[in-house]
Amino acid sequence: MRKAPPLVAVLAAAALLTASCTGAGEVAEGDAASLDVSTGVTDDSVRLGTHMPLTGPAAPGYSQISVGARAVFDYVNAQGGVHGRQIEYLVEDDGYDPVRTVEVVNELVLQDEIFAMVGGLGTPTHARVIDFLNEQGVPDLFVSSGALMWNQPDTHPLTFGYQVDYTREAKIQGQYVAENFPDASVGVFFQNDDVGTDTQAGLEQYLGEQIVVREPYESGNTDIGPQVSALEEAGAEVVICECIPTYMALLILESQAIGYEPQFVASSIGADTVTLNGLLQEFADADGGTADDMLDGLIATGYLPQATAADDPWLELYTQIYEEYVPEEQPFTNTLLYGMVQATQTSMALMAAGPDLTRQSLVDALHSGEFNGPGLVPFSTAEGEHSGFQGAYVTQYHAGGRSEILQEPRVTDRETGPIEEFDFSRPTPDEVVFYGG
Amino acid sequence: MTDDTARTGRAAVLDRWRRSPMLLRHLAAALAAFLGIVLLTSVTDPFTNLRIATIGYHLVAVAGLALLIGVSGQISLGHGAFMFIGAYTMALLVIHVPGSPLWANLLLAIAASCAAGVAVGAATARLHGPYLAGATLILAVGLPAVALRYPEALGGSNGLTFSVAGTPPALSDTVPDPRWQSWVVWLAVLLALVVVANVSRGRLGRRLRAVRDDEAAAALSGLRPGRLRTVAFVISAGCGGLAGALQAYLLGTATPSSFGLALSLSLLAAVVLGGLGSLWGALWGALALVYVEVWGHDAAEALGLSDHVANNLPIALFGAALIAIVLLWPSGVQGGLARLGAAVRTRRIGPGGRPD
Repeated sequence: MRKAPPLVAVLAAAALLTASCTGAGEVAEGDAASLDVSTGVTDDSVRLGTHMPLTGPAAPGYSQISVGARAVFDYVNAQGGVHGRQIEYLVEDDGYDPVRTVEVVNELVLQDEIFAMVGGLGTPTHARVIDFLNEQGVPDLFVSSGALMWNQPDTHPLTFGYQVDYTREAKIQGQYVAENFPDASVGVFFQNDDVGTDTQAGLEQYLGEQIVVREPYESGNTDIGPQVSALEEAGAEVVICECIPTYMALLILESQAIGYEPQFVASSIGADTVTLNGLLQEFADADGGTADDMLDGLIATGYLPQATAADDPWLELYTQIYEEYVPEEQPFTNTLLYGMVQATQTSMALMAAGPDLTRQSLVDALHSGEFNGPGLVPFSTAEGEHSGFQGAYVTQYHAGGRSEILQEPRVTDRETGPIEEFDFSRPTPDEVVFYGG
Repeated sequence: MTDDTARTGRAAVLDRWRRSPMLLRHLAAALAAFLGIVLLTSVTDPFTNLRIATIGYHLVAVAGLALLIGVSGQISLGHGAFMFIGAYTMALLVIHVPGSPLWANLLLAIAASCAAGVAVGAATARLHGPYLAGATLILAVGLPAVALRYPEALGGSNGLTFSVAGTPPALSDTVPDPRWQSWVVWLAVLLALVVVANVSRGRLGRRLRAVRDDEAAAALSGLRPGRLRTVAFVISAGCGGLAGALQAYLLGTATPSSFGLALSLSLLAAVVLGGLGSLWGALWGALALVYVEVWGHDAAEALGLSDHVANNLPIALFGAALIAIVLLWPSGVQGGLARLGAAVRTRRIGPGGRPD
């Protein structure tokens, strides 16, 4: 009896040694995990999880997404939940560090046993866990990133994209700039990862000749003085910023510091004017100007209504939810709204999946259902097309908080297809089922 | 009478244990520890298995650094950089040479960081105190930027992602992947610790201590301080490389942001917290690295603290623990435990008595 345990250890060690003779990178295609399960679901609750940067370089702005989402889930729960189930929403901070993303997603899936992942944020972060989530059979809804890789139904059948992908959005930006600033020299300031490569693939199609300078930045390094000087020296009159809010704000500040005043064009990920306002305010105070003046004239692309828009039935509902469920110190921003829309569409999917909720029924519902509503452009979750929002509109910010639509929403594809206007009847909140029995 | 015989019997066993070759003793201890890990992972859930594996790779990094600081008297603020080298070596091998077995990958990762250790160690062996700290600090700050400089090969700030083979097919029904991974990690860690323990207790360790305590005297006795320092640096770098490679294996990723200055500094803090120059101390340090963070988050969640407080609580806790330990037990947790143990033994045997 006493000899047995060491024997176990010796055998295990021997097994390890023999097994380690096969290639470390030779991943066997295992059987897909069964989807006919209701992990994380009880008769009166369903557990969802997400990973978000609540700290670190990406936190300004993005930390509000889960606040908005939680407010909508609270609202849904107060209306009786989805098919009588209260939505439990677990938010884990990964600090935008992929290593921590892996850890917290392990925790969510293995320990907390979530039913589905919703809106995991970031390309470098979420890219680390899509294999794991698909292997474990965890539906991976509405990734908060515009990378192209979320739309790969063949290899990652459980991952669904959400925001308009970077290439589509950049095509629309490129076309708009080419048509409205045909003689301008264009500079591109971009995040040096997939955001940069994917957006340039889109810009290139319309602005190939016009682009005179491309300047990358590394997330985490806040000294962007050299890049801004290079943009100015190259004589860029329009600067397209493919960057997160922190760097949009830094770009505006740094340009102002050297007296450089190009027309800025921002993409949806960095164009939340309320967040930018907050970031700029502390610096502006020192200069005597106001942050709002710095943002005046900023052109941006988007696919959700602006938080400042009037006469929007969805915004009426969201404002009501905001007042009731969001802690007072949180301003009502586009980013908060982003989380609210994401949560609304998640609740729609849970409703569409029916009362007998399994992972398979959720995926089926996503493939067959319509998830249009809060967004201003069509949303796709069809079988073989998991891309999310299909296009974008162009808007311009005016000091004082007013945004003007410069170009109505258009849709396009991620390849070289045309950019088109579209017919789209956008349902109002009353026409959409996202809570109830 | 019988009591005496029992004591002599036990003493004889202990005596034989002490006189058996050191390598054999360490290997036996490692085997026992591995058995413990196998048992522990068998009764815990997959998530805890991964956490146990996480402790494993932190342990080997901390142990390597403890050897460098405690035994050879050098300091390194840049050990995260060696983990970076190990992790990227592992990642590149898995991606470009998928047929290469795991043990070969681990050995190559160790070799790569040892090579870097030779280069750095040869330069820093001439430096002391703050100069040495500064020189190694450059590593921690500068090396991760290499990945940004060569985005095609090293993936830029997004880093490299890959999948590694899980449990071999023959065992896949009985052993879940996380448990298998934690076994792999701990087997590698324990083998590395055997090496570190042998170095530390053996002739090389004695020489290193001699150089640490009095360089001039050591040089007069025929030792070569520069070379010995470099050797210690290389061993320690190899441990860091192994830790990085195991981390990459476990998480399937290597990103520059994971190997920043914060990692290097927390490794150093863990060494101080656990106790310099002892493998047990390294274990306490590694446990603290992993669990203080977890407990901090749990506590913040339980207390319903706001995000700003909650996110800084683990760091604050770690800092407070470090300060408390250094004040109470200047020689770290292990030193404190040893003192407690000695006090208990003296009381049991009585003043003047000799333990065993």
